[in-house]
Amino acid sequence: MENINTTIATSEKKDKFLEVLSTLDFTTENPTFLQHRITSQNELNELDFPTSKTEYWKYTRVGKIVNNTYTLGQPEKIDVSDFLIPNLDAQVLVIINGHVVADLSDFTSVDGVTLTSLSHAKKQNFEGLKKHFNQFTQDKKEIFLAFNNAFHTDGIYLEVAKNKIIEKPLHIINITTGNNTISQSRNLFLANVGSQVKIIESFVNVNGEKNFNNHVSELIISENAIMEYNKIQDKKETNFSIVTEQVYQEANSNFTINTATFNGALVRNNLNIEVDASNCETNLNGLYLGKNKDHIDNHTVVDHKKPHCNSNEIYRGVLDNESTGVFNGKVFVRPNAQKTNAFQQNNNILLTDNATVNSKPELEIYADDVKCSHGSTTGQIDEEAIFYLQSRGISKKGALKLMINAFAKDALERISIEALQAYIDNKIEERFI
Amino acid sequence: MIKIKNLHANIDGKEILKGINLEVKAGEVHAIMGPNGSGKSTLSSVLAGREEFEVTEGSVEFDGKDLLDLAPEDRAREGLFLAFQYPIEIPGVSNINFLKTAINEKRAYLNQEPVSAKEFLGMVKEKSALVELDAKLANRSVNEGFSGGEKKRNEIFQMAMLTPKLAILDETDSGLDIDALRIVANGVNKLKSPNNATIVITHYQRLLDYIIPDFVHVLYDGKIVKSGSKDLALELEEKGYDWIKNESPL
Ligand SMILES: Nc1ncnc2c1ncn2[C@@H]1O[C@H](COP(=O)(O)OP(=O)(O)OP(=O)(O)O)[C@@H](O)[C@H]1O
Ligand SMILES: [Mg+2]
Repeated sequence: MENINTTIATSEKKDKFLEVLSTLDFTTENPTFLQHRITSQNELNELDFPTSKTEYWKYTRVGKIVNNTYTLGQPEKIDVSDFLIPNLDAQVLVIINGHVVADLSDFTSVDGVTLTSLSHAKKQNFEGLKKHFNQFTQDKKEIFLAFNNAFHTDGIYLEVAKNKIIEKPLHIINITTGNNTISQSRNLFLANVGSQVKIIESFVNVNGEKNFNNHVSELIISENAIMEYNKIQDKKETNFSIVTEQVYQEANSNFTINTATFNGALVRNNLNIEVDASNCETNLNGLYLGKNKDHIDNHTVVDHKKPHCNSNEIYRGVLDNESTGVFNGKVFVRPNAQKTNAFQQNNNILLTDNATVNSKPELEIYADDVKCSHGSTTGQIDEEAIFYLQSRGISKKGALKLMINAFAKDALERISIEALQAYIDNKIEERFI
Repeated sequence: MIKIKNLHANIDGKEILKGINLEVKAGEVHAIMGPNGSGKSTLSSVLAGREEFEVTEGSVEFDGKDLLDLAPEDRAREGLFLAFQYPIEIPGVSNINFLKTAINEKRAYLNQEPVSAKEFLGMVKEKSALVELDAKLANRSVNEGFSGGEKKRNEIFQMAMLTPKLAILDETDSGLDIDALRIVANGVNKLKSPNNATIVITHYQRLLDYIIPDFVHVLYDGKIVKSGSKDLALELEEKGYDWIKNESPL
């Protein structure tokens, strides 16, 4: 009986979501892409919101998100200057509540770079988009991904031509506004053979409580290409984010993702990386600083399918007050993936007795000639070290700051954009003043 | 400089310091000796402001201020320095960076201008040469992977950088080879002036051949049971502590 009841309850919640999202009109969309939506809508019939029994969501209750009643987030014109990164010369693109707002963006067209809204790219029926859109999300039966597949509005389409090296980083400012709004943004970044590109995306909000952004990015790194994707999550008010990245690496490619999470009532990151060719390098690093009742969850998957690849993963968390951190990192080494080097580490500092961490690093290895290691630690800040620093004349807060910076450093050393590094350092500093 | 009066301190309800009286004046060097577990490091910890120890009685006046009333960092900023018996390792925190922060926090406290990059580098160069600390060590994380002797040298390097009024050296000599001992002692002597003072805690008379004390005190069971000139150290070396224990009124 109980089971039936919960099913009814969750499907009612799903219906409420569907009701709001069904008002979006996609009838004019290019049929190829419309078909994807219809397929996903059918998938949604079979899916339900996760419960405490859903393994993939074991440590993250989505009640806060799914019990809320939403209205659709709308494009707006707002001042984005607060979100620019000082001393950064970048192409700036702005997404507001799942809509690309061209007037707020600041970019110049560059040879060999296609930079536009996803909706425009669909209209143009770009080859790269057709080939890769929804390429490897199809067999994944995850409800939030299915919602985005079916009802995403807009986002950024970036395609870098063969052998093109983009000097200026791309800075996407992905903003949510308003109370109880829902938005589903969607990006696709395609680095063609031999190209190089650096991207920053800031996930922020302007006012508004309990808004929910369900975001998906697809990232394709072709042969010999290099991509660095830096994510800053900093939603100040009580807002919810689920962010999914689907990353696909081809031979000799190099992909780095850095995720820095500073705020957010509920943040869930699903990072799925498929390394489907040899000689790839993958770096996935993250830093999360939780405070108050923040709940920050990072789920990562690196799937090594072919031989001779390296992956390095360091996630570090500092959890204050009553905040919670969740880390689940899976590394698969498939039978074919001999000579894989996979390194994974998660370390956490709890600043109070009421902060918690659930850390679960997992290795699944089906090849025999590999080097893999993983580890997880959770501890308090070293009081002896704090005293040592104080005894040299540094205030307790200053000592804490030094210790936390030192702890965080390894997790962010792969950020190659100096201005961004400084910006993040500064944010860490501000947190511990 | 420092006046310690009838200082009592507990840890976990157990009394460790049982009424310490000691006065150190500017320009003086005092040596404190005493058997293991007698309370020497406890005394230094209490003076540096370690919170685990509870002061139950007594007072400490440092340069006219109530030392026990100050936070550990303010004690340091007022000019107190403790070279730890067991310096800890702080991975990821650079020696140089933290010293710069320390110096600037001290300067801000004293309403002075922050140190310039150039001035600071000059200081690092000069002071690391003084204690013959490898420049590479100065740039590494605090004590991380340092040998025992290197850690002790790093303590004296920090002391040289911070120019304290009162330095307490807690067994800085133990674990040092003969050359290092001479180097460290030299460093201490070079930093000596009529305006500052030093308390050296040691088990070995040997150090006192290099750093000549004006007074030697024997700490035993939480109290100073005997004080004298530098000859007292020689006498202790010869006769051991049993002699003092027997003389002790306890
Ligand atoms: N944190 C602590 N908890 C409990 N007891 C302690 C603590 N620290 C020191 N003590 C006790 O206090 C006493 C004095 O210790 P202290 O370290 O001051 O001795 P010491 O004179 O410096 O000895 P040594 O010559 O071995 O360095 C010892 O009996 C020690 O066990
Ligand atoms: Mg001791």
